[in-house]
Amino acid sequence: MKRQGIAEALRDAITEEMTRDPSVFCIGEDIGVPGGWGGAFTVTLGLSEKFPGRIIDTPIAELGFTGIAVGAAMMGMRPIADVQYGDFLFLASDQLINNAAKMRYMSGGAITVPMVMRAPVGATGRGSQHAQSMERYFTGVPGLKVVAVSNAYDAKGMLKAAVRDDNPVLFFEHKLLYGSKGARAEPGAVDATSEIPEGDYTVPLDKAAVRREGNDVTLLGWLLMAHNSLAAAGTLGGEGIDAEVIDVRSLSPFDYETIGASVRKTGRVVIAEEGPKTGGVSAELAAGIAERFGKFLKEPVVRVASADVPVPFTPILENDYRPDAAKIAAAARKLIKG
Amino acid sequence: MNLDRDFVLGLYRKLVLIREFEERVKFLFLEGTMPGTIHQCQGQEATAVGVCAALGASDYITSTFRGHGHALAKGLSVQEMLDELFGASTGCCKGKGGSMHVGNMAKGMVPGIAIVAGGIPLAAGMALAFKMRKTGQVVACFFGDGAVAEGAFHEGVNMAAIWDLPVIFVCENNLYGASTRIDKVMKNPKVSDRAASYGFRGETVDGNDVIAVYEAATKAAAECRAGKGPVLLELLTYRRTGHSRRDACHYQAKTEKEAWFSRDPIDRFATQLLGRGDIAIADLEAIKAAVEKEIEDGVVNAKQAPHPTLADLTTDVLA
Repeated sequence: MKRQGIAEALRDAITEEMTRDPSVFCIGEDIGVPGGWGGAFTVTLGLSEKFPGRIIDTPIAELGFTGIAVGAAMMGMRPIADVQYGDFLFLASDQLINNAAKMRYMSGGAITVPMVMRAPVGATGRGSQHAQSMERYFTGVPGLKVVAVSNAYDAKGMLKAAVRDDNPVLFFEHKLLYGSKGARAEPGAVDATSEIPEGDYTVPLDKAAVRREGNDVTLLGWLLMAHNSLAAAGTLGGEGIDAEVIDVRSLSPFDYETIGASVRKTGRVVIAEEGPKTGGVSAELAAGIAERFGKFLKEPVVRVASADVPVPFTPILENDYRPDAAKIAAAARKLIKG
Repeated sequence: MNLDRDFVLGLYRKLVLIREFEERVKFLFLEGTMPGTIHQCQGQEATAVGVCAALGASDYITSTFRGHGHALAKGLSVQEMLDELFGASTGCCKGKGGSMHVGNMAKGMVPGIAIVAGGIPLAAGMALAFKMRKTGQVVACFFGDGAVAEGAFHEGVNMAAIWDLPVIFVCENNLYGASTRIDKVMKNPKVSDRAASYGFRGETVDGNDVIAVYEAATKAAAECRAGKGPVLLELLTYRRTGHSRRDACHYQAKTEKEAWFSRDPIDRFATQLLGRGDIAIADLEAIKAAVEKEIEDGVVNAKQAPHPTLADLTTDVLA
């Protein structure tokens, strides 16, 4: 066992997968430059020396290198592409949505596109265009799997599972959770380290994780909101409210089995989402819960999400934009006590 | 011309096959028996036939929404094409692709990519895989003049250039992006000039001369296999039919049409073949008759081919 942060765990996952399978390679901007950063958040630091020719630095061309990853994957390679900031996925989205996600269907099942696209998200003092929570734009894309990791154990196990999956997998990471060190350390970072076991393991791409068991209310979150929900549950516990916390983790498809078991038990749901409330992932999740488990709900599902605004820069507004534990706890408290 | 008789007759057969296929599809569409929409390539047959004749069975092509000719040239059968266009489960994409997405990976054709320039980075990625695995394969990436204005062209071509990828970028320059003439959207209308700005070789070829296309593509493929790729081939050609469906092409000047129609790739090649001395007009007529029969039989079969069941709606989404 060793204690690792997400950046280190992802690096180990990539190293192990590239060692195991010669068809795995990495492609992205500034990921393998000697003397560089190893990607925007150090995930691929040092790998270009270990794997010559397989850590491919690209021009600044997100649409282009995403298409290159799709084409290589169709020919049997297993590319791990990454964008420096999730916001750049808008540039890449034609290749991701029109080609990667649809190629199998359009070909009548003849084609597989085993690629991973990693994307850091989250509001972190960078203003509006290096900050968005991009999950909402991709969770409803048939043919694309979407996951979001909140700790190092999952980061390693889910990335390995994503690399081995025969479908395109969009892999979200949060900038405050990397635990990147040195010049790439992130102010306001949250501890997302885990005890990482020796040896190979994977974590399924379609299972939510119960992080805390409880009987009174179900708190759902992912990425940073999984941490904030857990902190809220701690607060609520001190008030005699027993909250269950689920790290949704798999955003497409949702794990309604795990979520449903909790809803049946508690009858109350608070969904926390970083990102505008209107049209968010939590909207789909709330509707899905209502359709499937409506008769078990004692109260309507509540969402705690950001205001319907672009991500602001100034810290006082950014901190308000990002749902915190206090807001999540307040929503749960109101749901129970009225 | 020192090419083998059977080889050139094979090229002629493919040219006629594509023309007759497209004419029949147009009829089927207009009579209302064929669903969907169509984008046809009458007049451009020599680009598809010439390029694909220069490729091996293990080489690939990527195509566009105007892909019927590419598919037939790469070896897809009339039957799997017609079945696909009719939406039958026996089609090359089980009826889930349709006219704009015909393809067959086993025959080296990626389903058509109908987003303009969307196939360019993707083809570069296929070529990257060939290079990393040292397979010796090449990919020919077909696109139109309209694609050159897309960002995906610049990004994909640039990366193919910096990594010397084995991809032949085949620009079928038919002078029009939908109804817009290239002189309205290009300050420099010579597409092949663009290759030099990325540091590789480009060439403009008479796209209505199947042998010229074949020779240019053969040279390009050899360069790609030798690690000297990519190559940009600009094939000058002309669309004899609408951009899609019922487009009457009123934007094409009469004089321009007449000039290009007089350079029809099939008529020109027939004249060349008859001048060889070892091919008679009866040979060409026999080819046309056989092609017509093949298509006629194909239509009869396609109209009776089984269609997917509703359970097939949700299959083939994920692997």
